[in-house]
Amino acid sequence: MSCAATFTMNKKHTITYREAINLAIAQEMRRDKNVFLYGLDVTDHKRIFGSTKGLLEEFGPKRCFATPLSEDAMTGVGVGAALTGLKPIFVHIRTDFLFLCLNQIANVISSYRYLSGGRVKIPLVIRAIMGRGWGQGAQHSKSIHALLAHLPGIKVVMPTQPADAKGLLVSAIRDANPVIVLEHRWLYDTIGIVPEDENFAIPIGEPHRLRQGKDLTIVATSWMNIEALQAADIMQKKQGVSMEIIDSRSISPLNYDLIYQSVRKTGHLIVTDYDWLYCGFAAEVVARVTEKCFSELKSPVSRIGFAPTPTPTARSLEDAFYPNAISIIKLVEQKLKLPKTNLSGETFYSYENKFKGPF
Amino acid sequence: MKDANLELYKKMYLIRATEEKIRQCYPDNEIKTPVHLAMGEEAIAAGVCYALGPTDQVFATYRNHGVYLAMTNETDRFFAELYGKQTGLSKGKAGSMHIMSPDENLLGTSAIVASMIPVAVGAALTNQYKNNKRSVAVFFGDGAVDEGVFWESLNFACLRQLPIIFVYENNQYAINSHVSTRHGYRSLAGIVSRFDCPVFQSDTTDAEAIYHLTKNALRLQARSAKPVFIHLQYYRYLEHVGVNYDFEFGHRDKKEYQKWWKIDPVGLQRKKLLRFGLKDKELIKIEAGILNRIEASVRSAKQAPPANPNELRSDVYYE
Ligand SMILES: Cc1ncc(C[n+]2csc(CCOP(=O)(O)OP(=O)(O)O)c2C)c(N)n1
Repeated sequence: MSCAATFTMNKKHTITYREAINLAIAQEMRRDKNVFLYGLDVTDHKRIFGSTKGLLEEFGPKRCFATPLSEDAMTGVGVGAALTGLKPIFVHIRTDFLFLCLNQIANVISSYRYLSGGRVKIPLVIRAIMGRGWGQGAQHSKSIHALLAHLPGIKVVMPTQPADAKGLLVSAIRDANPVIVLEHRWLYDTIGIVPEDENFAIPIGEPHRLRQGKDLTIVATSWMNIEALQAADIMQKKQGVSMEIIDSRSISPLNYDLIYQSVRKTGHLIVTDYDWLYCGFAAEVVARVTEKCFSELKSPVSRIGFAPTPTPTARSLEDAFYPNAISIIKLVEQKLKLPKTNLSGETFYSYENKFKGPF
Repeated sequence: MKDANLELYKKMYLIRATEEKIRQCYPDNEIKTPVHLAMGEEAIAAGVCYALGPTDQVFATYRNHGVYLAMTNETDRFFAELYGKQTGLSKGKAGSMHIMSPDENLLGTSAIVASMIPVAVGAALTNQYKNNKRSVAVFFGDGAVDEGVFWESLNFACLRQLPIIFVYENNQYAINSHVSTRHGYRSLAGIVSRFDCPVFQSDTTDAEAIYHLTKNALRLQARSAKPVFIHLQYYRYLEHVGVNYDFEFGHRDKKEYQKWWKIDPVGLQRKKLLRFGLKDKELIKIEAGILNRIEASVRSAKQAPPANPNELRSDVYYE
C-alpha cells in the first residue's frame, strides 16, 4: 500500500496537505457516524488553518463542535467517549497545548487497555500542529513526538507528504488504539498527489523511502524531510553523492527494517529529527541501527536536531536554532570526507516567501 | 485627583500610541512576532497598575503590552524586543508574547492561557511567608477561567488567604469564541464570591474608576489579608492576534464595537482632563512628547544589531 505522492508542482490530481487532512476527516465522518471532531476553535472562520473546513456545515454541531479552554478535561472526555463506543478526533492548534493533556495521556490513556487486561479499547485520535517561524517562540513550536512515543500504549505519527497526511489520519481514525497525529504548520501549503479513494490508507508503523540512494542514508521526521530532499538534490548535482532519504512517518510503533536495509547498503546514517536530540527519537534510531548494523557502518552514526535551548523568537536566533539543508550538507561533507560544496546559486527555504505572521 | 488623572491619561496614551505604532509598522514584516494588541483595554492596565504599591508584583498574559508600559513607562527595549534585536528586553529570546521586566516587578507573562495564575499565587505565598506586605496582581481573560488551573489556584489562594488580586478582564471572546459558548454558568462574580474572596465588579472604561476600585481592593486586602477578585470588562477593538479589524468575518458585530468606541477609555480620559481645566494645547504637547519618544524607540530598534546567534545557548541555565 505505497503512496504516489511527490512534491512536484504538478497541479493535476494534486491537493494541499491541509486539504488532504480535511478530506480524510470528511470521508471518515461520512463512513462512520460514530466519528466526531472537537477542540478549541475548530468551528471558527479560520477552521484550524482550513483543516476543519466544511465539517460543521456537513455534519452539524453534534459531530463537530468547539469547546471551552479545558484541555485536560476535554482529553478525559475524549477517553470516556472512546471507551463507550464513539470515535473522537480532538484537535489542537499547537502541539504545546498537549502538555495540558499529559495527565490523561500518560496516566490514563497509555495504560487504560493494559489495566483492563485487554477488555477495553480507546479509539481516540488527537491531532496537533507544530508551529514555527514568525517568533512562535518557546511556547508555540514544540514537536514532543519523542516524549509521547516514550509512553507505551499510544501510537504517534508525523505525516510529511499530503498523501500520508490523508492515509495516516484514516488509519488513525480506524485504529482501535489511541493515536496522536503531529502535523507541521509549514507543510500545510505543500501539494502532492493524494488518492481520493475512501479505502486509501497508509499503515501506521511503516516508514517510506522518499528518495533512492546508495552513498548515505538519511532518516528524517516531518519538516526535516523537506530539508533533506533539498540537501540530497544539491549533493547529487554538485558532488555526485547519492543520498537515500527515509521518512519515518510513524514514530511509534515503527518497523525499522527499511532503515536497516538502507544503512547496510550505504554504511552511513544521519538522523535529522525535528526535535531536540537529548533522549530523543534520533537517539532511538541510532541506538537500534548500532545494535543491528554495527559491522556495516563505515562512519559513526550522526544526528541533527534543534539546539539544546528553548525556541527563541528573533529570526537571527531561530536561524541558529533550527537545522536545515545546509546543516545536512555540511555533515554529509564531513562524513564522506568531501570538499566544501559550492552553494552559490542555490536558494534555500525562507518561510517569509510563503507564510507571513502573526501565525 | 487632577494629577492622578493626568498620570492615568499619560499611561493610556502611551499604550494606545505604542500599539498604533505597531499597527503602522507591522505590514513591513520586520516585527516578526505575533502581536496580541489590547486596544480598548487601556483603562484596566493603567488603572490597576497605577493603584499598585511600588513593590507590588504583576503577572500577565501574551496580551501584555499595556501592562508592561503601565508598569515601566519604557519603550526602547520594548520595541527592540519586538524587532528581535540584541538590545531587546530578553535579547530577542522572548518576542511580544513573553515580555517581562522582573526589575520593575512585572514578573512574568505567558502564551499558555492561564499558566501565570498559579505562578502569581506562588508569588503571593512568598509574600505571606515573608510577611512583607506586598501584593500580587494577576491579569487574565474570560478564556483563562475555562481552565481548571484557574479554579485550583483560586481555591488554594482562598484556602491559604494569600494576598493576591485576581484581575479578570472579560472581553467576551477567546480568540473568536464567545463567552456564552464556553461558560456553563451565569455569573462568575457570583460563584467567586462564594469562595472566601471578596469580589469588586465594574464594567466601566473610566481609568479613574478602575484605579479607585483597585485601591479599595488593596485596602480591603491589607485589612483582611484575603485574596480579592476584580471583575472588569472591556472590548478588544482588533482581531485576537495581528493588527487588523475582524468584523468582516461575522463572529463579532461591528455595532458592538461602535457602542464601546463611544466610551473609549483614552478618549474619555482626555475629555475629563479638558473638563478639569487642562488646555487642549497642553495635552497636545504631552501627546507629542510621547509620540516622539515612541518614534525614537522604533528608530533605534530598527538600527540595533539583530539578536546575536552566539548568545543562542546562553541563559538556558543559571551559571
Ligand atoms: C492552554 C492554551 N490553550 C489554548 C491556547 C490558544 N489560545 C491563545 S489565546 C486564547 C484565548 C484566550 O482568551 P482570554 O483568556 O479571554 O484572553 P484574551 O485573548 O481575550 O486576552 C487561546 C484559546 C493557548 N495559548 N493556551
